[in-house]
Amino acid sequence: MSMMRLMGLIRKEAYEIVRDPSSIAIAFILPLALLLIFGYGVSLDARGIPVAVVVDHPTLLTASFVGELRSSRWFRPTNYPGEAPAEKALTDGRAAAIVWLRSDFTRLALSSGRAPIHVIVNGVDANQARIIENYLNGAWLAWLAQRAAGEGIRISAPVVAEARVWFNPAMRSRDYLVPGLIAIIMTLIGALLTALVVAREWERGTMEGIMVTPAGKMELLLGKLIPYFVLGMGGMLFSTIMAVFLFRVPLRGSISVLVACSSLFLLTALGMGLLISILARSQFVAGMVAIVATFLPAFILSGFLFDIHSMPRVVQLLTHVIAARYFVGLLQTIFLAGNVWSIIVSNCLGLAILCLLFLGLAIIRFRKRLD
Amino acid sequence: MDAIVVANLSKSFGAEPARRNALKGVSLRLAAGSMTALIGPDGAGKTTMLRTLAGILTPGAGEVSVLGHHLPEQALAVQRRIGYMPQRFGLYEDLSVEENLTLFADLHGIARSEREGCFSELLTMTALGPFRKRLAGKLSGGMKQKLGLACTLIHPPDLLLLDEASVGVDPISRREIWGIIHRQVVEHGITILLSTAYMDEAERCDSVIVLHEGEILAQGHPGRLSSPLEGRSFLFELPENLSTSPRTVQSTIAGLPGVIDTVIQANGLRIVMEEPAPPALPADLVGRGTLKASPPRLEDAFVSLLFGRVKRHGISVPAETAASDGTVVIEVHDLYRHFGDFTAVKGVSFSVRRGEIFGLLGANGAGKSTTFRMLCGLLPSSSGTLRVAGLDLRRAPSAARARIGYVSQRFSLYEALSVKQNMEFFASAYGLQNRRKKSRLAWALEEFELSAYAGANAGDLPLGYKQRLALACALMHEPGIVFLDEPTSGVDPLARREFWTRLNALACQGTTCLVTTHFMEEAEYCDRLVLMSLGEVLAQGTPSEIKAAARRPGEPPPGMEDAFISIIEEHERSSRRAS
Amino acid sequence: MELSLRRIVALAIKEFLSLLRNPASRAVLIGPPIIQLLVFGYGATYDLKHVPFVVYNQDAGRLSRDFIARFAGSPSFELIGNLPDQLALQQAVDSETVLMAVNIGPQFTSDLERGRTAHVQFIFDGRDSNTAALALGYAQSIVTAFNRERLPRNSGVPASTIVLDRAWFNPNLESRWFIVPGIAGILTLLVSMLSTGLSVAREREMGTFDQLLVTPMNPGEILVGKALPGFVVGALEATLIIAVAILWFKVPFTGSFPALYLGLFCFLLSAVGIGLMISALALTQQQGLLGTFLFMVPAIVLSGFATPIANMPKAVQYITLVDPLRYFLIILRASFLEGAGVSLLWPQYWPLATIGIVSMIVAAGLFRGRLG
Repeated sequence: MSMMRLMGLIRKEAYEIVRDPSSIAIAFILPLALLLIFGYGVSLDARGIPVAVVVDHPTLLTASFVGELRSSRWFRPTNYPGEAPAEKALTDGRAAAIVWLRSDFTRLALSSGRAPIHVIVNGVDANQARIIENYLNGAWLAWLAQRAAGEGIRISAPVVAEARVWFNPAMRSRDYLVPGLIAIIMTLIGALLTALVVAREWERGTMEGIMVTPAGKMELLLGKLIPYFVLGMGGMLFSTIMAVFLFRVPLRGSISVLVACSSLFLLTALGMGLLISILARSQFVAGMVAIVATFLPAFILSGFLFDIHSMPRVVQLLTHVIAARYFVGLLQTIFLAGNVWSIIVSNCLGLAILCLLFLGLAIIRFRKRLD
Repeated sequence: MDAIVVANLSKSFGAEPARRNALKGVSLRLAAGSMTALIGPDGAGKTTMLRTLAGILTPGAGEVSVLGHHLPEQALAVQRRIGYMPQRFGLYEDLSVEENLTLFADLHGIARSEREGCFSELLTMTALGPFRKRLAGKLSGGMKQKLGLACTLIHPPDLLLLDEASVGVDPISRREIWGIIHRQVVEHGITILLSTAYMDEAERCDSVIVLHEGEILAQGHPGRLSSPLEGRSFLFELPENLSTSPRTVQSTIAGLPGVIDTVIQANGLRIVMEEPAPPALPADLVGRGTLKASPPRLEDAFVSLLFGRVKRHGISVPAETAASDGTVVIEVHDLYRHFGDFTAVKGVSFSVRRGEIFGLLGANGAGKSTTFRMLCGLLPSSSGTLRVAGLDLRRAPSAARARIGYVSQRFSLYEALSVKQNMEFFASAYGLQNRRKKSRLAWALEEFELSAYAGANAGDLPLGYKQRLALACALMHEPGIVFLDEPTSGVDPLARREFWTRLNALACQGTTCLVTTHFMEEAEYCDRLVLMSLGEVLAQGTPSEIKAAARRPGEPPPGMEDAFISIIEEHERSSRRAS
Repeated sequence: MELSLRRIVALAIKEFLSLLRNPASRAVLIGPPIIQLLVFGYGATYDLKHVPFVVYNQDAGRLSRDFIARFAGSPSFELIGNLPDQLALQQAVDSETVLMAVNIGPQFTSDLERGRTAHVQFIFDGRDSNTAALALGYAQSIVTAFNRERLPRNSGVPASTIVLDRAWFNPNLESRWFIVPGIAGILTLLVSMLSTGLSVAREREMGTFDQLLVTPMNPGEILVGKALPGFVVGALEATLIIAVAILWFKVPFTGSFPALYLGLFCFLLSAVGIGLMISALALTQQQGLLGTFLFMVPAIVLSGFATPIANMPKAVQYITLVDPLRYFLIILRASFLEGAGVSLLWPQYWPLATIGIVSMIVAAGLFRGRLG
């Protein structure tokens, strides 16, 4: 290992990065665009859900229930004259649910206290449907308590669930989406960038020229890893600054732990990129594989959007080879909870194993040979 | 001491059944301080040999030792002491000239204190001094090649391996590159092994190795290799004001019994015979020129060595029937092309007649490619008129393009498609259908001897076959005009000969051919040509007219290459004087 | 500009062959989409199953045990332990051992029996608040069901109950029915863009593009010829994926195939059009890849695949109007679950067709521009 050779290779790579705008675009423009889109665009918090209300026989009682719905920030109720037009609205997508107070509602409510409020939801988005159902239940309970108070009776729900959401009391989805997103962006930067640049050397014939110099295999690999590691950490720093100052995501853990975990993850992602390009040797194939193997798996299987516990066992096992899975867990903990060592250690261990695997395979498969 | 010792080296690629043996039990020894050329047709194993010696291919079987180090185990030790320049030297195009040099200096561990002296020496030698800060991607082809050589020489190597270092480079740069290589031997006593497609380059080496299909056919001093041809080489001198084209004479002579090879040369035809006896010229030729014995050249030896081994196809050259009726088919008048502030083509005018082989010559960056692209309709002109078959191809209806054929530089074809699929695609693209398509496909497979390769991927073909396929695809629709952009670059002498024979046949049938080339000897094969430099036409006319223009009083007429260089140097001198 | 069918077909065949004869692109186009559909189809779900939770029950009464049993018995939750104190509870959440912790006070049973309100503390791990929010919703519905049974019957208050009559189109609220058609849309986009986005850049790098331009083909023919493989590959792939969705994942298909395929046609028109646009702009394959990527990632995120468009801020909602995947996902889901026919999907067809035609025209213009 010679410092002069290594520095020479690093310097060369640095010039190439600076002079080719596409690397800079991947490292800085991609995080910027994605963070803005996700940070502002993606939310699971529903507001102003359009509800079709059908009241067969309007009375004061029905009016007070509809009023309750109207005052809730979750709903945007619209009156429909009958069941048929309401159902049409549901089919057209103009309404997400129908609340139907039938003609006997008032009579039953006054006599038996068991008046059904019929609800029909559009179940296509099952998750959304469940949220709407819960919101409606909440509105109904609130209405009930209000009615009782009006009658001078204190009536309250038998059990009140006091939900406390730790680490993110306001349940701001941005707070957990942004750290998860950083993990996905770093997967992209690490794997895509390295996959393309090594393959490019093969295609342009520069690899053959470099191979016959005294530079050793480790020098060549480190000469690739170090510059892109620095670039990747730059992208990481940039994303973290955006998360903390633009999106106001709290950073409760220590910076040094964040840096250490990010370094480990970045090495893993770079190792994966290196391995892809060593095996592919052409930009076309390397790029295709990088796209197929990085973005969608990281998006769907990392636990960023979908709960890993709820996946079938086989798929859960598969998530263990996805580096983003560990990094999503690490970032969410470091940002929102702080230095929780049990989580940090176990996730870092998973990352370290993957990192050794990818880099090890890359070292084994990379030969200073054409055949 | 021997710099290279190779014993029984074999190397094959691919798995059974598609296994290809690139080298079959080759043995050789190279003395330290010698300069050896490796020649042979495409696919002979030259590149495999050089790569194995550079330690980037593992020998399949046999012993290889380079500079006393055994390969493949001691590859790093070898790489510390050699310089290797691959066929396409991969310069980092986003790095400047100086940064490229610095990178290789770093990799070879040149001390910082020695660098300045070393760089300035290399930059002076390659005349790249003024371009120190220029990005390598912005250099011309010749300059890139010189920079590649400079990077290879950055640490004084003990052994220099060069894989076709001067391919695709114009004669001036080629001379400079040879100057540099020669200095390494004379001044530093470096051992050199190079592969080349130019026989004149090989002739300058101490020793020549002829490879063919992975085996050594012959080895020795160039003079010794050509000595068996003593008495078999002849020159048929033709007067300068010959009424018919030398091509017609050539095709007649080529058909005579016992003739191995005929080429058009400066002032006549070079003839190589199978036996040491002059050819029996037919009566009508006897009076038209003078037949002389000529000292044999390496190229004659090369052709005769491979004669019989490489199946050469009898290409029927029809008698000159449909030839030149004088109709102008390509007309260029006062053509300009600007790229920003830079003017690539400055007022070029020329015209080409039907059935002519017309050459477009010039150094790298002379503007010939730009002119060529404008003619094909790939690039709009900035001003001036341009007529191909009476039309401007850029504005003409697409049917007009059906009248031209096009062979691009590097024979770009669809590499993932098979030979036959490529042909079928171009046939359909040119609107051929049914019976005609079928018969043209059959013709192409037969005429270009591609039947054996019909199912092979175009990307896996040896270069010479790629060239054939490219030409076959361009001729599928029997175009009246064919454009060929450096159609012989990197192709060995045998394939080049075959190619020109085909072109002659085409021209005789009345097809107009427009060719760009770097090979000056090929300029002799053209009916007429233009010589371009820095976007301007410096000379045009028949080869003898051009040579006459460069002739200095009291000296014999120069060869084409000398004429080319002297015209360009004269022009550069006068334009410098003007500014 | 007149188009010659023969030449278009020749070019399309050539494009097919170069896609399919290259082992790498063949592998990328055929294997991964099906594998991804299977893995993601199982992996991507909002239906919570076995969410681990712990309980710190300070109440010895019958009702608290009944209360806990409702959680433990639900398929959504999995009780992994009763803890002795508040500290252990905290640690369990901190270390991500559990997503939810329930703390029941000592008075739970007695409060309920006396008609007083019993308070139960639920703690969720908000680091993954997507799942936390879902779990909270599930927990709330269990509590509501518990409450409903314990509400005073005749307290003189005009009371009522919420009756969820039905969830239309997806009675059991299976989120897989929603996600799998979405994945089908994403994979169709991926495949059709990959097969067109690089096609021109590759030819440019190989030098064959010039060769193509000097043939009698005009830009229109080249455009159509290059578009066809993306179309056909996309359509075949989509058909395969839809078949897997119906036959393997058993997502009910209630709509009409003509309506779905009309939508697929319009969608492929726009996906291929955008792919060709990127292709015409890119000078190198690397740029083509990056361009494809920079389009695809936001297109997926903003399509409503994972998060409803209605939840996005207004400004972002406007951006989604140019996202072809947005319309196609609606078409897919409506065709699968809502039984929609052509007339109902009209509002999705025309924007897709517009995006497709506009992008094709721009791509043709770029081709022409690049030629000069």
